[in-house]
Amino acid sequence: MKKWLGISLTLAVLLAALGAPWLAPHDPLRTDFPQSLRPPGAAGHPLGTDQLGRDLLARVLHGARLALFIGGCTVVLTAVVGGLLGLVAGFVERWPSTVLMRIVDVQLSFPFILLAMTINAIVGLGLRNIILSLSAAGWVVYARVVRGEVLSVKQRDYVQAAAALGVGRTRLLFRHVLPNVAPSIIVVASLQFSSFIVAEAAISFLGFGVQPPTPAWGSMLSESRDFLYVAWWLAAFPGAALALTALGVNLLGDWLRDTLDPKLRV
Amino acid sequence: MRAYVVSRLAQTALVVFLSLTAVFVMVRLSGDPVLLFMPMDIQAKDVNEFRQRLGFNDPLPVQYARFVGGAVRGDFGESLRYRRDAMGLVLERLPATLLLAGTSLLLTFAVAVPLGVVSAVHRDGLLDHLGTILTVLGQATPGFWLGLLMIYLFSVQLRWLPTGGMGGVAHLVMPSIVLAAFYSARVARLTRSAVLEVLSEDYILTARAKGLGEGRVIGKHTLRNSAIPIVTLAGLEAGQVLGGAVITETIFAWPGLGRLTVQALLNRDFPVVLAAVFFISLMYTLINLVVDLAYGWLDPRVRLT
Repeated sequence: MKKWLGISLTLAVLLAALGAPWLAPHDPLRTDFPQSLRPPGAAGHPLGTDQLGRDLLARVLHGARLALFIGGCTVVLTAVVGGLLGLVAGFVERWPSTVLMRIVDVQLSFPFILLAMTINAIVGLGLRNIILSLSAAGWVVYARVVRGEVLSVKQRDYVQAAAALGVGRTRLLFRHVLPNVAPSIIVVASLQFSSFIVAEAAISFLGFGVQPPTPAWGSMLSESRDFLYVAWWLAAFPGAALALTALGVNLLGDWLRDTLDPKLRV
Repeated sequence: MRAYVVSRLAQTALVVFLSLTAVFVMVRLSGDPVLLFMPMDIQAKDVNEFRQRLGFNDPLPVQYARFVGGAVRGDFGESLRYRRDAMGLVLERLPATLLLAGTSLLLTFAVAVPLGVVSAVHRDGLLDHLGTILTVLGQATPGFWLGLLMIYLFSVQLRWLPTGGMGGVAHLVMPSIVLAAFYSARVARLTRSAVLEVLSEDYILTARAKGLGEGRVIGKHTLRNSAIPIVTLAGLEAGQVLGGAVITETIFAWPGLGRLTVQALLNRDFPVVLAAVFFISLMYTLINLVVDLAYGWLDPRVRLT
């Protein structure tokens, strides 16, 4: 039940994101002042229009594209960087690893969203910088989980046996250790995916991150605050899209964890 | 025990110091704070005067030394915007945040722990399914959206509650519910799995076999033993509540530390940012220390070294 709900919601969002240019009835950036603040169901605008007369459905669909793009890039970036660092830190127990794990500890001693927001405010706004800021704040989770896994995997008999047979260190790490920690990386990635999407929306909501007029759910919600008394739909639909996306991806992540790595705690 | 606390306090100081250094370096790398802060049409002479006054003309190591020297005494310089002591601003906003965070944490545990316990006790029953649906939805609903929906319902439509600001108890209702919602979901889920784990232990079977009532089995034998993971999460969450407060305070115009931080970042008022970072990381690490000390009390088997 959970599994199918998760898969179908995630697929629906994926389809909306990929098909946005064809599914959207209008250009998400085209303004049309005579048609501004139309309620849902108005002619040609199934979800209504915003304060500039832009079509809300088009903006929500394109918002899905943006959210999945940012979430996807961030997950890949953090998984590769954090995963590799964790892999090496677990395998080579020398002082650089200790330093690395201290950095991880320091970073984990700060609320994630606040860290990402602070980095974003300092390095600058926009699409590329929000991905970099979320990644800079998020990689530590992989590093910690993967290092822990590697420490236990490398003690196992088959790794010891391979080492005894004279398998080189690089090959040992990537052919014997990595495949055995891969499930944890996948599980962490799936659980992080929705938190990245929600964090991006929150940061854009606060005025950092993706800037208007780009149709990002977070900045759309932020703009909707000024029209809450007259246009509830501007707050309702982008938020619902965000919540349904988070719900679908969370359920998918839970299912993946239960299947691949039930003991993992993130 | 004392040695443990002392070494943990030393670690806390190190963590706070390192995060301050990181922010300091990032701020300086990102460009001239005075130029970024000043309006576009300002005269070069004024920029220079301002820079001189705030000490940005000195070599970087000197600036860093001065920054560290000040930070140790809790002095982060003057807010670029308010021309006031940055630490004073932060301290002024702190009680509002503590009030909000404290109320939400109380609310979280008053709602989430019973919810998790009921779910676990009635495993796979109707109540458990209801609880699961509630927690899954709670986890997926972003706080700032929930906040907007509540403002629409309770302030715009029903006119029961104020949309924002700080005042009486009515002002506290929506922000604390919004801040508590997300964490309640996590705490409830964890409580459920922690209680389920304990319920499958032999000593629970023994307690039941010797004829103890279900109330005592759950209330005494189960709860105390499932407290450790719940307290761990509480510690981690207490820190995240500080992060959540940033968003909640902004939605509800709550005059706390989180909103001050957002405004300082938007205004590039870096002395205030640094003072806020200092306070948040200090609070976060101290909360974790208290949590670790609580282990020893909850589970005497845990030895703190």
